[in-house]
Amino acid sequence: MTAAVVVTGLGVAAPNGLGTRAYWAATRAGKSGIARITRFTPDQYPARLAGEVPGFVAEEQLPSRLLPQTDRMTQLALVAADWALDDAGIRPQDLSAFDMGVITASFSGGFEFGQGELANLWGKGSQYVSAYQSFAWFYAVNSGQISIRNGMKGPSGVVVADQAGGLDAVAQARRQIRKGTNLIVSGAVDATICPWGWVALQSSNRLSTCEEPALAYRPFDEGARGHVPGEGGAILILESASAARARGARVYGEIAGYGATFDPRPGSGGEPALRAAIELALVDAGVAAAEVDVVFADAAGEPELDRAEADALAAVFGPRAVPVTAPKTMTGRLYSGAAPLDLAAAFLAMEEGLIPPTVNVDPVAEYQLDLVVSAPRPAELRTALVVARGHGGFNSAMVVRSDRAE
Amino acid sequence: MSELLTLTQLKQILREVAGADEGVNLDADILDTSFQELGYDSLALLEAGSRIEREYAVSLDDSTITDVTTPRALLDVVNAALTRA
Repeated sequence: MTAAVVVTGLGVAAPNGLGTRAYWAATRAGKSGIARITRFTPDQYPARLAGEVPGFVAEEQLPSRLLPQTDRMTQLALVAADWALDDAGIRPQDLSAFDMGVITASFSGGFEFGQGELANLWGKGSQYVSAYQSFAWFYAVNSGQISIRNGMKGPSGVVVADQAGGLDAVAQARRQIRKGTNLIVSGAVDATICPWGWVALQSSNRLSTCEEPALAYRPFDEGARGHVPGEGGAILILESASAARARGARVYGEIAGYGATFDPRPGSGGEPALRAAIELALVDAGVAAAEVDVVFADAAGEPELDRAEADALAAVFGPRAVPVTAPKTMTGRLYSGAAPLDLAAAFLAMEEGLIPPTVNVDPVAEYQLDLVVSAPRPAELRTALVVARGHGGFNSAMVVRSDRAE
Repeated sequence: MSELLTLTQLKQILREVAGADEGVNLDADILDTSFQELGYDSLALLEAGSRIEREYAVSLDDSTITDVTTPRALLDVVNAALTRA
Protein backbone atom coordinates (compact mmCIF):
# COMPACT_ATOMS: atom_id res chain seq x y z
CA MET A 1 0.00 0.00 0.00
CA THR A 2 1.57 3.27 -1.10
CA ALA A 3 1.15 6.32 1.09
CA ALA A 4 -1.77 8.62 0.30
CA VAL A 5 -0.96 12.13 -0.93
CA VAL A 6 -3.42 14.91 -0.18
CA VAL A 7 -3.98 18.52 -1.15
CA THR A 8 -4.09 20.94 1.77
CA GLY A 9 -3.78 24.34 0.12
CA LEU A 10 -4.89 26.15 -3.04
CA GLY A 11 -3.71 29.38 -4.63
CA VAL A 12 -5.56 30.53 -7.74
CA ALA A 13 -4.89 33.21 -10.34
CA ALA A 14 -7.51 32.88 -13.06
CA PRO A 15 -8.94 35.14 -15.75
CA ASN A 16 -12.36 35.06 -14.10
CA GLY A 17 -11.08 35.58 -10.59
CA LEU A 18 -7.87 36.43 -8.74
CA GLY A 19 -7.74 34.34 -5.59
CA THR A 20 -9.48 31.06 -4.84
CA ARG A 21 -12.70 32.58 -3.52
CA ALA A 22 -13.08 35.07 -6.38
CA TYR A 23 -12.39 32.31 -8.91
CA TRP A 24 -14.90 29.91 -7.41
CA ALA A 25 -17.58 32.59 -6.99
CA ALA A 26 -17.26 33.42 -10.69
CA THR A 27 -16.93 29.81 -11.86
CA ARG A 28 -19.93 28.42 -10.02
CA ALA A 29 -21.97 31.30 -11.43
CA GLY A 30 -20.78 30.80 -15.01
CA LYS A 31 -18.98 34.14 -15.19
CA SER A 32 -16.41 34.31 -17.97
CA GLY A 33 -13.12 36.20 -18.00
CA ILE A 34 -12.68 36.08 -21.78
CA ALA A 35 -12.56 39.47 -23.49
CA ARG A 36 -10.62 41.52 -26.00
CA ILE A 37 -6.91 41.71 -25.15
CA THR A 38 -5.97 44.78 -23.12
CA ARG A 39 -2.32 44.05 -22.32
CA PHE A 40 -1.28 45.07 -25.85
CA THR A 41 -3.08 46.28 -28.96
CA PRO A 42 -4.17 43.10 -30.75
CA ASP A 43 -5.50 44.74 -33.95
CA GLN A 44 -2.80 43.36 -36.23
CA TYR A 45 -3.19 39.73 -35.08
CA PRO A 46 -5.76 37.24 -36.33
CA ALA A 47 -6.80 36.27 -32.77
CA ARG A 48 -7.79 39.15 -30.48
CA LEU A 49 -9.48 37.60 -27.45
CA ALA A 50 -7.85 36.22 -24.33
CA GLY A 51 -8.48 35.42 -20.70
CA GLU A 52 -6.42 37.96 -18.76
CA VAL A 53 -5.99 37.75 -14.98
CA PRO A 54 -7.70 40.86 -13.60
CA GLY A 55 -6.41 43.24 -10.97
CA PHE A 56 -2.97 41.79 -10.29
CA VAL A 57 -0.50 44.41 -9.08
CA ALA A 58 2.83 42.72 -8.45
CA GLU A 59 4.25 45.74 -6.59
CA GLU A 60 1.58 45.31 -3.91
CA GLN A 61 2.26 41.60 -3.44
CA LEU A 62 6.00 41.06 -3.80
CA PRO A 63 9.22 42.67 -2.49
CA SER A 64 10.91 45.11 -4.85
CA ARG A 65 13.99 42.87 -4.93
CA LEU A 66 12.01 40.29 -6.95
CA LEU A 67 10.32 42.61 -9.42
CA PRO A 68 13.23 43.41 -11.79
CA GLN A 69 14.08 39.71 -12.12
CA THR A 70 10.67 38.15 -12.73
CA ASP A 71 8.27 37.69 -15.62
CA ARG A 72 4.54 38.16 -15.02
CA MET A 73 4.03 34.39 -14.94
CA THR A 74 6.55 34.11 -12.10
CA GLN A 75 5.04 37.01 -10.19
CA LEU A 76 1.62 35.36 -10.44
CA ALA A 77 3.10 31.99 -9.44
CA LEU A 78 4.94 33.42 -6.42
CA VAL A 79 1.80 35.10 -5.14
CA ALA A 80 -0.35 32.03 -5.82
CA ALA A 81 2.20 29.97 -3.88
CA ASP A 82 2.04 32.44 -0.97
CA TRP A 83 -1.75 32.10 -0.94
CA ALA A 84 -1.63 28.31 -1.21
CA LEU A 85 0.82 28.01 1.70
CA ASP A 86 -1.29 30.38 3.76
CA ASP A 87 -4.42 28.40 2.85
CA ALA A 88 -2.67 25.23 4.02
CA GLY A 89 -1.60 26.87 7.26
CA ILE A 90 2.05 26.24 6.41
CA ARG A 91 4.82 28.57 7.58
CA PRO A 92 7.83 27.32 5.57
CA GLN A 93 10.32 28.85 8.00
CA ASP A 94 9.00 26.50 10.69
CA LEU A 95 9.74 23.36 8.66
CA SER A 96 12.92 21.59 7.62
CA ALA A 97 14.16 23.03 4.31
CA PHE A 98 14.91 19.59 2.89
CA ASP A 99 11.42 18.33 3.70
CA MET A 100 9.81 20.74 1.22
CA GLY A 101 10.15 20.76 -2.58
CA VAL A 102 8.69 22.56 -5.58
CA ILE A 103 7.59 20.82 -8.80
CA THR A 104 5.67 22.93 -11.30
CA ALA A 105 4.79 22.67 -14.97
CA SER A 106 5.60 25.22 -17.63
CA PHE A 107 4.54 25.76 -21.22
CA SER A 108 6.60 28.55 -22.65
CA GLY A 109 8.61 30.31 -19.98
CA GLY A 110 8.74 34.06 -19.40
CA PHE A 111 7.88 35.48 -22.79
CA GLU A 112 7.04 39.03 -21.77
CA PHE A 113 10.33 39.46 -19.92
CA GLY A 114 12.17 37.93 -22.87
CA GLN A 115 10.43 40.21 -25.31
CA GLY A 116 11.62 43.24 -23.35
CA GLU A 117 15.21 42.03 -23.36
CA LEU A 118 15.11 41.14 -27.06
CA ALA A 119 13.85 44.66 -27.69
CA ASN A 120 16.78 45.97 -25.65
CA LEU A 121 19.24 43.78 -27.54
CA TRP A 122 18.14 44.77 -31.03
CA GLY A 123 16.95 48.29 -30.23
CA LYS A 124 19.76 49.53 -27.98
CA GLY A 125 22.58 47.01 -27.83
CA SER A 126 23.79 44.03 -25.83
CA GLN A 127 24.93 46.16 -22.89
CA TYR A 128 21.25 47.01 -22.26
CA VAL A 129 20.17 43.38 -21.82
CA SER A 130 19.31 42.47 -18.23
CA ALA A 131 21.51 39.87 -16.56
CA TYR A 132 18.24 38.49 -15.14
CA GLN A 133 17.21 37.36 -18.62
CA SER A 134 19.59 34.44 -17.97
CA PHE A 135 16.88 32.80 -15.88
CA ALA A 136 13.74 34.96 -16.01
CA TRP A 137 12.59 33.35 -19.28
CA PHE A 138 13.40 29.81 -18.22
CA TYR A 139 10.84 27.00 -17.90
CA ALA A 140 12.07 26.07 -14.43
CA VAL A 141 12.07 29.61 -13.09
CA ASN A 142 8.74 29.40 -11.26
CA SER A 143 9.91 26.33 -9.35
CA GLY A 144 13.24 28.03 -8.63
CA GLN A 145 11.80 31.32 -7.43
CA ILE A 146 9.14 29.64 -5.27
CA SER A 147 11.79 27.42 -3.68
CA ILE A 148 14.16 30.36 -3.02
CA ARG A 149 11.43 32.63 -1.61
CA ASN A 150 10.21 29.92 0.75
CA GLY A 151 13.51 28.27 1.60
CA MET A 152 12.53 24.90 0.13
CA LYS A 153 15.52 22.66 -0.64
CA GLY A 154 13.84 19.29 -1.19
CA PRO A 155 13.19 17.66 -4.59
CA SER A 156 12.39 20.26 -7.22
CA GLY A 157 11.87 20.38 -10.95
CA VAL A 158 9.68 21.35 -13.87
CA VAL A 159 7.65 19.40 -16.42
CA VAL A 160 7.04 20.77 -19.92
CA ALA A 161 4.23 19.00 -21.80
CA ASP A 162 1.77 21.74 -22.77
CA GLN A 163 -1.54 21.28 -20.92
CA ALA A 164 -0.83 17.67 -19.94
CA GLY A 165 2.23 18.89 -18.03
CA GLY A 166 -0.02 20.46 -15.42
CA LEU A 167 -1.07 16.98 -14.30
CA ASP A 168 2.34 15.41 -14.91
CA ALA A 169 3.91 17.87 -12.44
CA VAL A 170 1.38 17.01 -9.74
CA ALA A 171 2.02 13.31 -10.40
CA GLN A 172 5.77 13.88 -10.02
CA ALA A 173 5.10 15.75 -6.78
CA ARG A 174 3.13 12.74 -5.55
CA ARG A 175 6.06 10.45 -6.43
CA GLN A 176 8.48 12.58 -4.44
CA ILE A 177 6.17 12.62 -1.43
CA ARG A 178 5.89 8.84 -1.61
CA LYS A 179 9.69 8.71 -1.62
CA GLY A 180 9.74 10.57 1.66
CA THR A 181 9.43 14.34 1.22
CA ASN A 182 6.57 15.61 3.39
CA LEU A 183 5.48 18.60 1.34
CA ILE A 184 5.68 19.62 -2.33
CA VAL A 185 4.42 22.86 -3.82
CA SER A 186 3.02 21.93 -7.22
CA GLY A 187 0.71 23.11 -10.00
CA ALA A 188 1.52 25.69 -12.66
CA VAL A 189 1.01 29.25 -13.77
CA ASP A 190 1.55 30.43 -17.35
CA ALA A 191 1.25 33.91 -18.83
CA THR A 192 2.06 34.56 -22.47
CA ILE A 193 -0.24 37.42 -23.36
CA CYS A 194 2.34 39.74 -24.93
CA PRO A 195 3.10 40.26 -28.64
CA TRP A 196 5.98 37.78 -28.75
CA GLY A 197 4.04 35.12 -26.85
CA TRP A 198 1.00 35.81 -28.98
CA VAL A 199 2.89 35.29 -32.24
CA ALA A 200 4.24 32.00 -30.90
CA LEU A 201 0.74 30.84 -29.98
CA GLN A 202 -0.54 31.55 -33.51
CA SER A 203 1.75 28.84 -34.84
CA SER A 204 -0.48 26.12 -33.36
CA ASN A 205 -3.23 27.08 -35.82
CA ARG A 206 -5.65 26.32 -33.00
CA LEU A 207 -6.52 29.83 -31.90
CA SER A 208 -10.04 31.09 -32.40
CA THR A 209 -10.20 34.19 -34.57
CA CYS A 210 -13.77 34.91 -33.53
CA GLU A 211 -14.14 38.37 -31.96
CA GLU A 212 -17.26 37.64 -29.94
CA PRO A 213 -16.30 36.41 -26.43
CA ALA A 214 -19.43 34.26 -26.10
CA LEU A 215 -18.80 32.48 -29.41
CA ALA A 216 -15.02 32.18 -29.58
CA TYR A 217 -14.31 29.06 -27.50
CA ARG A 218 -17.04 26.44 -27.68
CA PRO A 219 -15.64 22.94 -27.18
CA PHE A 220 -17.98 20.08 -28.07
CA ASP A 221 -20.26 22.53 -29.91
CA GLU A 222 -21.02 22.45 -33.61
CA GLY A 223 -19.49 25.93 -33.69
CA ALA A 224 -16.15 24.79 -32.24
CA ARG A 225 -13.47 26.77 -34.04
CA GLY A 226 -10.37 26.68 -31.89
CA HIS A 227 -9.65 28.05 -28.46
CA VAL A 228 -9.01 31.31 -26.69
CA PRO A 229 -5.71 31.45 -24.76
CA GLY A 230 -5.73 32.51 -21.15
CA GLU A 231 -3.15 33.21 -18.45
CA GLY A 232 -2.86 32.09 -14.86
CA GLY A 233 -3.34 28.72 -13.21
CA ALA A 234 -3.20 27.30 -9.73
CA ILE A 235 -0.61 26.31 -7.15
CA LEU A 236 -1.41 23.34 -4.90
CA ILE A 237 0.15 22.26 -1.63
CA LEU A 238 0.62 18.49 -1.60
CA GLU A 239 1.47 16.62 1.57
CA SER A 240 1.66 13.06 2.69
CA ALA A 241 -1.67 12.22 4.28
CA SER A 242 0.09 11.21 7.48
CA ALA A 243 1.97 14.53 7.75
CA ALA A 244 -1.22 16.47 7.07
CA ARG A 245 -3.10 14.44 9.66
CA ALA A 246 -0.32 14.83 12.20
CA ARG A 247 -0.54 18.60 12.07
CA GLY A 248 -4.35 18.61 11.96
CA ALA A 249 -4.49 20.19 8.52
CA ARG A 250 -7.71 20.82 6.63
CA VAL A 251 -7.64 18.44 3.63
CA TYR A 252 -9.31 19.17 0.28
CA GLY A 253 -8.86 15.63 -0.92
CA GLU A 254 -6.51 13.04 -2.27
CA ILE A 255 -4.51 12.75 -5.49
CA ALA A 256 -5.78 9.22 -5.95
CA GLY A 257 -4.72 8.15 -9.44
CA TYR A 258 -2.76 9.20 -12.47
CA GLY A 259 -2.14 7.93 -15.98
CA ALA A 260 -0.19 9.35 -18.91
CA THR A 261 0.12 8.14 -22.50
CA PHE A 262 1.42 9.36 -25.83
CA ASP A 263 -0.60 9.29 -29.04
CA PRO A 264 0.46 7.13 -31.99
CA ARG A 265 2.23 8.83 -34.87
CA PRO A 266 -0.21 10.96 -36.92
CA GLY A 267 -1.36 9.06 -39.98
CA SER A 268 -0.49 5.69 -38.49
CA GLY A 269 -4.17 4.90 -38.00
CA GLY A 270 -3.71 4.01 -34.34
CA GLU A 271 -6.37 4.88 -31.77
CA PRO A 272 -5.71 8.09 -29.80
CA ALA A 273 -4.23 7.11 -26.44
CA LEU A 274 -6.42 9.33 -24.28
CA ARG A 275 -8.74 6.47 -23.34
CA ALA A 276 -5.75 4.46 -22.11
CA ALA A 277 -4.56 7.39 -19.98
CA ILE A 278 -7.98 7.63 -18.30
CA GLU A 279 -8.11 3.87 -17.70
CA LEU A 280 -4.60 3.89 -16.24
CA ALA A 281 -5.61 6.68 -13.87
CA LEU A 282 -8.71 4.77 -12.73
CA VAL A 283 -6.70 1.60 -12.14
CA ASP A 284 -4.03 3.56 -10.28
CA ALA A 285 -6.74 5.04 -8.05
CA GLY A 286 -8.46 1.69 -7.57
CA VAL A 287 -11.68 3.32 -8.74
CA ALA A 288 -14.29 1.82 -11.05
CA ALA A 289 -15.59 4.01 -13.87
CA ALA A 290 -19.03 4.03 -12.26
CA GLU A 291 -17.58 5.61 -9.13
CA VAL A 292 -16.46 8.76 -10.93
CA ASP A 293 -18.95 11.53 -10.19
CA VAL A 294 -17.73 14.22 -12.58
CA VAL A 295 -15.19 14.72 -15.38
CA PHE A 296 -13.32 17.98 -15.99
CA ALA A 297 -12.69 17.73 -19.72
CA ASP A 298 -9.67 18.86 -21.69
CA ALA A 299 -12.11 20.54 -24.10
CA ALA A 300 -9.76 21.43 -26.94
CA GLY A 301 -12.36 23.27 -29.01
CA GLU A 302 -11.16 21.57 -32.22
CA PRO A 303 -13.82 19.30 -33.77
CA GLU A 304 -11.44 16.38 -34.31
CA LEU A 305 -10.00 16.61 -30.79
CA ASP A 306 -13.40 17.15 -29.19
CA ARG A 307 -14.63 14.01 -30.91
CA ALA A 308 -11.61 12.04 -29.73
CA GLU A 309 -12.21 13.12 -26.14
CA ALA A 310 -15.94 12.41 -26.33
CA ASP A 311 -15.20 8.97 -27.80
CA ALA A 312 -12.72 8.21 -25.02
CA LEU A 313 -15.19 9.26 -22.32
CA ALA A 314 -18.02 7.25 -23.89
CA ALA A 315 -15.75 4.21 -24.19
CA VAL A 316 -14.66 4.35 -20.54
CA PHE A 317 -17.89 5.47 -18.87
CA GLY A 318 -20.62 4.62 -21.37
CA PRO A 319 -22.72 7.13 -23.32
CA ARG A 320 -23.98 10.04 -21.19
CA ALA A 321 -23.08 8.06 -18.10
CA VAL A 322 -21.06 10.67 -16.21
CA PRO A 323 -21.48 14.45 -15.88
CA VAL A 324 -18.79 16.28 -17.84
CA THR A 325 -17.85 19.95 -17.51
CA ALA A 326 -15.32 22.42 -18.87
CA PRO A 327 -15.08 25.51 -16.68
CA LYS A 328 -12.13 26.52 -18.84
CA THR A 329 -14.78 27.87 -21.25
CA MET A 330 -14.75 30.80 -18.76
CA THR A 331 -10.99 31.27 -18.66
CA GLY A 332 -9.67 30.16 -22.03
CA ARG A 333 -6.98 27.49 -22.20
CA LEU A 334 -4.19 28.24 -19.73
CA TYR A 335 -1.64 25.76 -21.13
CA SER A 336 0.33 24.35 -18.17
CA GLY A 337 -1.91 26.27 -15.75
CA ALA A 338 -5.12 24.70 -17.04
CA ALA A 339 -5.09 21.30 -15.36
CA PRO A 340 -3.95 22.54 -11.93
CA LEU A 341 -6.81 25.05 -12.12
CA ASP A 342 -9.18 22.19 -13.01
CA LEU A 343 -7.85 20.24 -10.01
CA ALA A 344 -8.62 23.25 -7.82
CA ALA A 345 -12.08 23.48 -9.37
CA ALA A 346 -12.63 19.76 -8.74
CA PHE A 347 -11.76 20.10 -5.04
CA LEU A 348 -13.96 23.19 -4.68
CA ALA A 349 -16.79 21.44 -6.52
CA MET A 350 -16.53 18.41 -4.23
CA GLU A 351 -16.44 20.70 -1.19
CA GLU A 352 -19.63 22.48 -2.19
CA GLY A 353 -21.39 19.59 -3.93
CA LEU A 354 -21.82 21.62 -7.10
CA ILE A 355 -20.59 21.00 -10.65
CA PRO A 356 -19.60 24.30 -12.26
CA PRO A 357 -21.06 24.84 -15.72
CA THR A 358 -19.59 24.83 -19.21
CA VAL A 359 -20.61 28.16 -20.74
CA ASN A 360 -21.62 29.07 -24.29
CA VAL A 361 -21.79 25.44 -25.43
CA ASP A 362 -24.60 23.41 -26.94
CA PRO A 363 -22.99 19.99 -27.28
CA VAL A 364 -23.15 17.99 -30.49
CA ALA A 365 -25.70 15.21 -29.81
CA GLU A 366 -23.65 12.41 -31.31
CA TYR A 367 -20.81 13.06 -28.85
CA GLN A 368 -23.14 11.47 -26.26
CA LEU A 369 -21.87 13.68 -23.47
CA ASP A 370 -23.81 14.61 -20.35
CA LEU A 371 -22.25 18.07 -20.49
CA VAL A 372 -23.21 20.38 -17.62
CA VAL A 373 -24.19 23.51 -19.52
CA SER A 374 -25.70 26.89 -18.68
CA ALA A 375 -26.24 26.37 -14.95
CA PRO A 376 -24.26 24.67 -12.16
CA ARG A 377 -25.58 21.27 -11.14
CA PRO A 378 -25.87 20.22 -7.48
CA ALA A 379 -24.51 16.73 -6.94
CA GLU A 380 -22.85 14.68 -4.26
CA LEU A 381 -19.27 14.51 -5.47
CA ARG A 382 -16.66 12.23 -3.98
CA THR A 383 -14.51 11.32 -6.98
CA ALA A 384 -13.53 13.50 -9.94
CA LEU A 385 -11.46 12.94 -13.07
CA VAL A 386 -9.39 15.69 -14.69
CA VAL A 387 -8.27 15.23 -18.30
CA ALA A 388 -5.49 17.22 -19.96
CA ARG A 389 -3.96 16.91 -23.41
CA GLY A 390 -0.87 18.60 -24.76
CA HIS A 391 -0.08 19.64 -28.32
CA GLY A 392 1.91 16.91 -30.03
CA GLY A 393 0.30 13.85 -28.45
CA PHE A 394 0.48 14.18 -24.67
CA ASN A 395 -2.44 12.67 -22.72
CA SER A 396 -2.74 12.79 -18.95
CA ALA A 397 -5.56 11.99 -16.56
CA MET A 398 -5.84 12.34 -12.81
CA VAL A 399 -8.39 11.00 -10.34
CA VAL A 400 -8.99 13.01 -7.18
CA ARG A 401 -11.10 12.00 -4.21
CA SER A 402 -12.82 14.10 -1.64
CA ASP A 403 -11.56 13.69 1.90
CA ARG A 404 -15.09 12.80 2.96
CA ALA A 405 -14.84 9.59 0.96
CA GLU A 406 -12.67 8.09 3.69
CA MET B 1 37.26 63.70 -16.90
CA SER B 2 33.78 62.31 -16.20
CA GLU B 3 31.72 63.04 -13.12
CA LEU B 4 32.47 60.57 -10.28
CA LEU B 5 29.99 58.04 -8.89
CA THR B 6 28.63 58.89 -5.45
CA LEU B 7 27.07 56.59 -2.85
CA THR B 8 23.71 58.32 -3.35
CA GLN B 9 23.81 57.59 -7.06
CA LEU B 10 24.91 54.00 -6.48
CA LYS B 11 22.01 53.40 -4.10
CA GLN B 12 19.61 54.87 -6.65
CA ILE B 13 20.99 52.55 -9.33
CA LEU B 14 20.75 49.49 -7.08
CA ARG B 15 17.14 50.32 -6.23
CA GLU B 16 16.25 50.71 -9.89
CA VAL B 17 17.96 47.64 -11.32
CA ALA B 18 17.60 45.16 -8.46
CA GLY B 19 15.13 46.57 -5.94
CA ALA B 20 15.79 46.67 -2.21
CA ASP B 21 15.62 43.78 0.21
CA GLU B 22 12.90 43.90 2.85
CA GLY B 23 14.42 44.71 6.20
CA VAL B 24 17.45 46.50 4.73
CA ASN B 25 17.74 50.26 5.19
CA LEU B 26 19.78 51.56 2.28
CA ASP B 27 19.64 55.04 3.79
CA ALA B 28 21.69 53.97 6.80
CA ASP B 29 25.48 54.21 6.69
CA ILE B 30 26.15 51.32 4.32
CA LEU B 31 29.51 52.27 2.80
CA ASP B 32 31.22 49.34 4.49
CA THR B 33 28.27 46.97 4.75
CA SER B 34 28.75 43.92 2.57
CA PHE B 35 26.58 43.53 -0.49
CA GLN B 36 25.63 40.12 0.86
CA GLU B 37 24.20 41.72 4.01
CA LEU B 38 22.43 44.26 1.83
CA GLY B 39 20.75 41.41 -0.08
CA TYR B 40 22.55 41.91 -3.40
CA ASP B 41 23.97 38.86 -5.18
CA SER B 42 26.37 38.75 -8.11
CA LEU B 43 23.59 39.18 -10.67
CA ALA B 44 22.37 42.31 -8.93
CA LEU B 45 25.93 43.66 -9.05
CA LEU B 46 26.25 42.76 -12.73
CA GLU B 47 23.04 44.66 -13.38
CA ALA B 48 24.33 47.66 -11.43
CA GLY B 49 27.70 47.47 -13.22
CA SER B 50 26.00 47.40 -16.59
CA ARG B 51 23.97 50.49 -15.70
CA ILE B 52 27.06 52.31 -14.39
CA GLU B 53 28.94 51.53 -17.62
CA ARG B 54 26.14 53.02 -19.69
CA GLU B 55 25.48 56.11 -17.58
CA TYR B 56 29.10 56.95 -16.87
CA ALA B 57 30.58 55.85 -20.20
CA VAL B 58 33.14 53.67 -18.49
CA SER B 59 34.22 50.10 -19.15
CA LEU B 60 34.36 47.63 -16.26
CA ASP B 61 35.25 43.95 -16.27
CA ASP B 62 32.50 41.64 -14.98
CA SER B 63 34.95 40.27 -12.40
CA THR B 64 35.80 43.80 -11.24
CA ILE B 65 32.15 44.28 -10.38
CA THR B 66 31.50 40.96 -8.72
CA ASP B 67 34.79 40.74 -6.81
CA VAL B 68 34.08 43.82 -4.71
CA THR B 69 32.22 43.15 -1.51
CA THR B 70 31.11 46.58 -0.27
CA PRO B 71 29.73 49.83 -1.72
CA ARG B 72 32.97 51.61 -0.77
CA ALA B 73 35.03 49.12 -2.77
CA LEU B 74 32.68 49.38 -5.74
CA LEU B 75 32.83 53.19 -5.71
CA ASP B 76 36.64 52.98 -5.52
CA VAL B 77 37.03 50.75 -8.59
CA VAL B 78 34.47 52.69 -10.63
CA ASN B 79 35.94 56.08 -9.75
CA ALA B 80 39.47 54.84 -10.37
CA ALA B 81 38.39 53.83 -13.85
CA LEU B 82 36.64 57.17 -14.34
CA THR B 83 39.74 59.06 -13.22
CA ARG B 84 41.86 57.13 -15.73
CA ALA B 85 39.40 57.89 -18.52
